[in-house]
Amino acid sequence: MSQAVLEPDAAASRGMDLLRFATAGSVDDGKSTLIGRLLYDTKTIFEDQLEAVETASASRGDEYTNLALLTDGLRAEREQGITIDVAYRYFATPRRKFIIADTPGHIQYTRNMVTGASTADLALILVDARKGLVEQSRRHAFLTSLLRVPHLVLCVNKMDLVDWDQKVFERIADEFTSFAAKLDAPDLTIIPISALNGDNIASRSENSPWYEGPSLLHHLEHVHIASDRNLVDVRFPVQYVIRPQSTTVTDYRGYAGQVASGILKPGDDVMVLPSGLTSTIAAIETADGPIDEAFPPMSVTVRLADEIDISRGDMICRPQNRPAVAQDIEAMVCWMDETAPLRVGGKYAIKHTTRTARTVVRGLQYRLDVNTLHRDESAGELSLNEIGRVKLRTTVPLLADEYRRNRTTGGFILIDESTNRTVGAGIIIEAR
Amino acid sequence: MSQTKPYRVSHLDALEAESIFIMREVMAEFERPALLFSGGKDSIVMLRLAEKAFAPARIPFPVMHIDTGHNFPEVLEYRDRRVATLGLNLVVASVQEAIDAGQVRELPDGTRNRIQTPVLLAAQEKYRFDALFGGARRDEEKARAKERMFSFRDEFGQWDPKNQRPELWSLYNGRHHPGESIRVFPLSNWTELDVWHYIAKENIPLPSIYYAHDREVVERNGMFYAVNEFIRLRDGETSEVRRVRYRTVGDASQTAAVLSEADTVEKVIDEVAATRITERGATRGDDRVSEAAMEDRKREGYF
Repeated sequence: MSQAVLEPDAAASRGMDLLRFATAGSVDDGKSTLIGRLLYDTKTIFEDQLEAVETASASRGDEYTNLALLTDGLRAEREQGITIDVAYRYFATPRRKFIIADTPGHIQYTRNMVTGASTADLALILVDARKGLVEQSRRHAFLTSLLRVPHLVLCVNKMDLVDWDQKVFERIADEFTSFAAKLDAPDLTIIPISALNGDNIASRSENSPWYEGPSLLHHLEHVHIASDRNLVDVRFPVQYVIRPQSTTVTDYRGYAGQVASGILKPGDDVMVLPSGLTSTIAAIETADGPIDEAFPPMSVTVRLADEIDISRGDMICRPQNRPAVAQDIEAMVCWMDETAPLRVGGKYAIKHTTRTARTVVRGLQYRLDVNTLHRDESAGELSLNEIGRVKLRTTVPLLADEYRRNRTTGGFILIDESTNRTVGAGIIIEAR
Repeated sequence: MSQTKPYRVSHLDALEAESIFIMREVMAEFERPALLFSGGKDSIVMLRLAEKAFAPARIPFPVMHIDTGHNFPEVLEYRDRRVATLGLNLVVASVQEAIDAGQVRELPDGTRNRIQTPVLLAAQEKYRFDALFGGARRDEEKARAKERMFSFRDEFGQWDPKNQRPELWSLYNGRHHPGESIRVFPLSNWTELDVWHYIAKENIPLPSIYYAHDREVVERNGMFYAVNEFIRLRDGETSEVRRVRYRTVGDASQTAAVLSEADTVEKVIDEVAATRITERGATRGDDRVSEAAMEDRKREGYF
C-alpha cells in the first residue's frame, strides 16, 4: 500500500517541490469547507485557529463549525458581509508544499480569478452535485484556459447528498469534458467528493467504489508539473545590475534576474535585446557560488564575456531564439479598476517583465462575454471585470512572446499614471 | 534512471528565488528602501536573503530597528554583531526616546507594541524611506493572509484592505506619490516551518533565546513569561525555572516562551512540525486582545 509517512524534515532534505493552485467557487459550493478539509487533513489548522472559528461560529448561531470563517477573516469583511479578493493559504505534505490562492466566486470574480490564476500551476473548480454545472463553472473554466493554467481539477462536491449516484457524477463529468474541449483546456481531472465528510479528499472513499481515479490530495501531490515550465526558449529579463562599490571586488559587473524560461549555461552564445549585441555567458553566479546551469524559477546573476551596455529591462536570449521586439501589441485585457473604464485613446504605464513603458490604447476589437463567449464588436470601453481584445502601441519596444508560449514574457499589467493603481492585466496574443 | 534531467527546484529554493527577485525589484525601482530588523528569526532570514540577492556587493540599503526599549539582551547583542559583520548601516528608532521627548505616551499597561507604530512612521518620514521590507508571513495571521507582497500605504502609513492593488504573475506595482510608501513582504509565502528549514539549510546563527534554555518564568493565561525587569510577579504568582525557548521575539514584556527541550535547529524543526498551536497564538499577548487585533494595528500603520 502506501509508503510510510515521512517526517516533514526528512522530506525537506530530499527536496519537496512547490505547487501553486487557485480555487474558485462560492461558499455555496462548499469551497471554504473543502479548503478547511484540506488544511485539517494535512494537520495545518492549529488548535487555537480551530477554537477561534468554533467560538465565532457559535456566536453567529451557526449549527456547525463554519470553516468559511477561517478564510473570511477581516473585520471589514464581517461587517459588510463581503469577501476581499484573494487570500493565500499554505499547507504541506511530505511530497509537496502547496500555496492556495483562494478567490471568492461571487464578487469581482473575474479580477480575482485572473489574479489567482496568473501564478497557478493548477486550478480547482467546485460544483454542487445537486445543481450540476452552472454559469459560474463555465466562466471559471474559461478564465483558467485564458490564463493558461496547465492543470484543471473539477471537484463534484456534495456527492453524499445525491447518494453517491454514479450517473449523476458521470452526467456532470461528460458535460464538463465536452465544454472544456471547446476551450482548448489543459489536463483535466474530475473527482467526486464530499468536502464535509472528507470523502475522496485525503484518501479514496468506500462510498464511491465505481470511481477509479485518485483522491484529491493524491492528485495534488502527484500531478506532474515539472514539464509545464518552458525550458526551450531562453529568456532572462535583466532586473538589476550588480556592481560592487568596494576595494576588494573590482571590475565586477553582473546581471541579476530570475530565469523566465529556457536553460542558461556558461559558454552559451547570447544576444541582448533590444540592442541586438551578442556575447557569451562567462559565468552564472549565486551567493553560494557559480553554477553549471540556470533554469526557471531560479534567481541568479549572469556575467558575460564582453563588456556591453546592458541595463534593467533588457533581455538576454539566444541569437537564434528571440522574443519579438515590439511596439504594437494585441492582447486580451482584463480590466480591474472600478473608478474609470478602459477607453480607446487612453494612456497608461505598462509593466512587462522588468521593463516599464507608456502605452496608448489604439483599438478595442471586441468585448468578450465570459459567460457566453459572445464577442461584442460594438463595445466602446471595458469596465471593471470585463475582458476584451485590445490593440496597444508602446513608447519603447517590449521584448515579448505570445502568452500561450510563455506566461512570463507574455503577460503585462497596466497602471494608471495619475492614481498609480493597477488597472488592467494583459495577455499577449500577438507582438510585432 | 531517465536520461532527461528533471530540472527540479525544491520548495525552499523556489521560495528563496521569489524573495530574492522581490528584493532586487525593490532596489531597482525605489529610491530609499530600508529593511526592518527586529532581531527576530524572520528578519534574520530576510537579512540573509538580502545578502544573497546582491552578492558580491554589500546589502545596498540600511536596516532599521524599532527599539521598544523592552529588549532581550541576547537579541541586541546579536543585532550589533550582524550589523558589524555585514558592514550595514543601522538606524535605530527608539520608543523610549520618543516617550522621553513627549512624542508618544506610555500606555497604562506599559506595553509598547502599539506605540511602536508612530515611532516607525516618524523615522520613516525623517529618513524619507519609500519602501520598508518587513518579515511578515501570510501564514501568521488572517489579516496578513490577505495582504499583498507590495503593500501600499498612504501618507499616514495606513493599510486599506479594500483598496489593494491586484498582483499578477511577478509584476509588482510599487508606484506611489511623495509621502506615500510601500511595505514589502518578501517572506509572504513562507511558513514558520519553511523559515526553520531555511535556517537549518543555510546554517544561520540565531539569538540563543530561540533554543531551549533554563529560565525563570511565570505562567499567565497558559503562557510562560520570563521574570525580568519588564515582567514582575504579581500578588499570588510564583515563578519557577523551566526549560523554555522562544518561538517569536517581540516586545519582551509581551512575548512568552514555550516549554521545550529543543536545543538544536533540528530539534526545533521537529517540534514546529508537530505543534498544534500557531506561533502568535502561543506566544503573543498582543494578538490575543481581540479577534481583529492585527488588522487594527495594520490599519494604523503597523508592519
